[in-house]
Amino acid sequence: MIVADKKPIEEIIEQVKDHERILILGCNECVTVCEAGGKKEVGVLASSLRMYFMNQGQKKSIDERTLERQCDHEYLEEIRDSVDNYDAVVSIACGVGVQFMAEKYHKLPVYPGVNTCFMGVTEKRGLWSERCQGCGQCILATTGGICPVSRCAKRILNGPCGGSTRGKCELRRETDCAWQLIVDRLKALDRLDDYEKLAPLKDWSTDRAGGPRRVVREDVQE
Amino acid sequence: MRLKYPATVKIIRVPCTGKVDVIHLLRAFEKGADGAYVVGCMEGDCHFNSGNLRARKRVAQVRAILNTIGIGGDRVMMYNLSSSEAPLFVKYAQEMTARILELGPNPIKLAGKPPAMALQDAEPISATGT
Amino acid sequence: MSVKTPSKLEKILKAGHMAVTSECGPPRGSDPNEIVEKAELIKNHVDAINITDNQTSMTRMCSLAACIRLKLMGLEPVLQMVTRDRNRIAIQSDILGAASFDIHNMLCLSGDHQSFGDCPTGQNVHDIDSMQLIQTVRYMRDEGKFLGGDDIHRPPQMFVGCAANPFADPFEIRVPRLAKKIAAGAEFIQTQCIYNLDKFELWMKLACDRGLHEKTFILAGLTPFKSAGMARYMKNKVPGMDVPDEVVKRLAGVPKEKQAAEGIKICIESIQRLKEVKGVAGFHIMAIEWEQKVPEIVEAAGLYPRPVVD
Repeated sequence: MIVADKKPIEEIIEQVKDHERILILGCNECVTVCEAGGKKEVGVLASSLRMYFMNQGQKKSIDERTLERQCDHEYLEEIRDSVDNYDAVVSIACGVGVQFMAEKYHKLPVYPGVNTCFMGVTEKRGLWSERCQGCGQCILATTGGICPVSRCAKRILNGPCGGSTRGKCELRRETDCAWQLIVDRLKALDRLDDYEKLAPLKDWSTDRAGGPRRVVREDVQE
Repeated sequence: MRLKYPATVKIIRVPCTGKVDVIHLLRAFEKGADGAYVVGCMEGDCHFNSGNLRARKRVAQVRAILNTIGIGGDRVMMYNLSSSEAPLFVKYAQEMTARILELGPNPIKLAGKPPAMALQDAEPISATGT
Repeated sequence: MSVKTPSKLEKILKAGHMAVTSECGPPRGSDPNEIVEKAELIKNHVDAINITDNQTSMTRMCSLAACIRLKLMGLEPVLQMVTRDRNRIAIQSDILGAASFDIHNMLCLSGDHQSFGDCPTGQNVHDIDSMQLIQTVRYMRDEGKFLGGDDIHRPPQMFVGCAANPFADPFEIRVPRLAKKIAAGAEFIQTQCIYNLDKFELWMKLACDRGLHEKTFILAGLTPFKSAGMARYMKNKVPGMDVPDEVVKRLAGVPKEKQAAEGIKICIESIQRLKEVKGVAGFHIMAIEWEQKVPEIVEAAGLYPRPVVD
């Protein structure tokens, strides 16, 4: 899922301080799972902001709403009737949701309430880690299911580099060396001979480098 | 035991302090509480395993939020005792009340009001799960 | 063995001599004299001089410019190139720039992560990795083409090398990794500095068992310790380094003023032992900021004078 992290409240205060009627808009999917932007977080943020502004002697109206998702038209349409009640929205969905809000409600200021970080897994509650960077050309078949693009700090395709130490990356001791993981996995799959196959130069044109991407499926379009 | 504790403490009973979430504590302050404290079982003795540990982390979170928004994190506390320790319960109640009296009323109530109103509004609220 | 390029290093190795290379770090500024002075100290005692490429991600004068400076002095540079800072366009472009000054040696590396250096908030590139860089240079040289397929006018004639670290983890793939680099086209190897001679000899043995020593020239890397403190630092703080306790103890057992001399002694003894190891084709002496010691080491190790090749 998409993993995000709450922005410091000071940043959000700075964004909304000149608005009077604010909507805190959450999302019931990814950001709920990583406990950054779901219904609970909406409540906490709204309450904190109300108290902050009350303490400043400012009366602001801060409403709370959580949509199923903020990346599909149907769900964002649900607030069509009430958007005129607000002069700003703090969306604590991922960056996708914030942007879609901006697109659909062209004249309504929308501010991000979380920092969107990566596509990853829940290792355990309170610990999420990156697994995929959406390079657009998945090579997991050759690396035993472990991605060197997202899990190697240097995205080396013929790794490891000389800095791999006891299975950890030279960058941070908590980070596993992706290539150690790949070697271990190839061993477990009895495919260690694959290690010597030279991975070809990657086509990054399907990655960020190729510009904003689209997936088009004419067979399902109306 | 019919011990007396300060009348300004309002008790909200919960089956386990693990039931107390961040938003409950925040709403108390939003509605004007001057202080809030959570009283849970001794660590290691939680009837439901680790509810009191979760409560402690949530209290810490609320503390941080209250500090950031200028309400003051010292207004929220976590205490632990076993259900038979009534005198300790009283002691905590007295301690908390004294602390809140010293901190003064919830600043939200004062915002925009002249300072003279300060001392009359002190009202700590306690959530207890023992 | 016939040579493929005008590289002096290649000639010396293929003539069967033990090669000696060293390295200089470019200055953190634009003063060419700093390179000139360092090169003057070692020029008669080595066959080729590596110029590092923004080593440990500290921004310095670029390797290419410093290599050109060496070339203008009549010396033999080895252009070190990391994939951290350039995409494949810049890489091919820099290779042609080097070739235009008749620089004939290149060392292909990934590069330390930028967080170690002075611009930790910068991007890294790694458009291609070090192995693919080896392939790229060989392709430009042997096929005479750009990666995109067009012909190159006056293709680069590079003798291509890469680094190897017998001491990094996991050990079990260190020799397969060497094999992979050779398959990618590496013609000479410079290893990470060696202190654990036993482990190095084991790695060499495994490499020779696979016949890899006949497919490439392996130069053993050495860095003399200046002090016990330096030894401890490299043991504990530098990734991929293997410094046995005995070495640290030996240095620590000597009074501080004598530790540098002891470090040099250890280095010379290592060369003398490694000379006898099958598959070792030469030495790469990395005495960064201590270049003045290189002549002493080379002479005491019996590697002076350097052979002359036409």
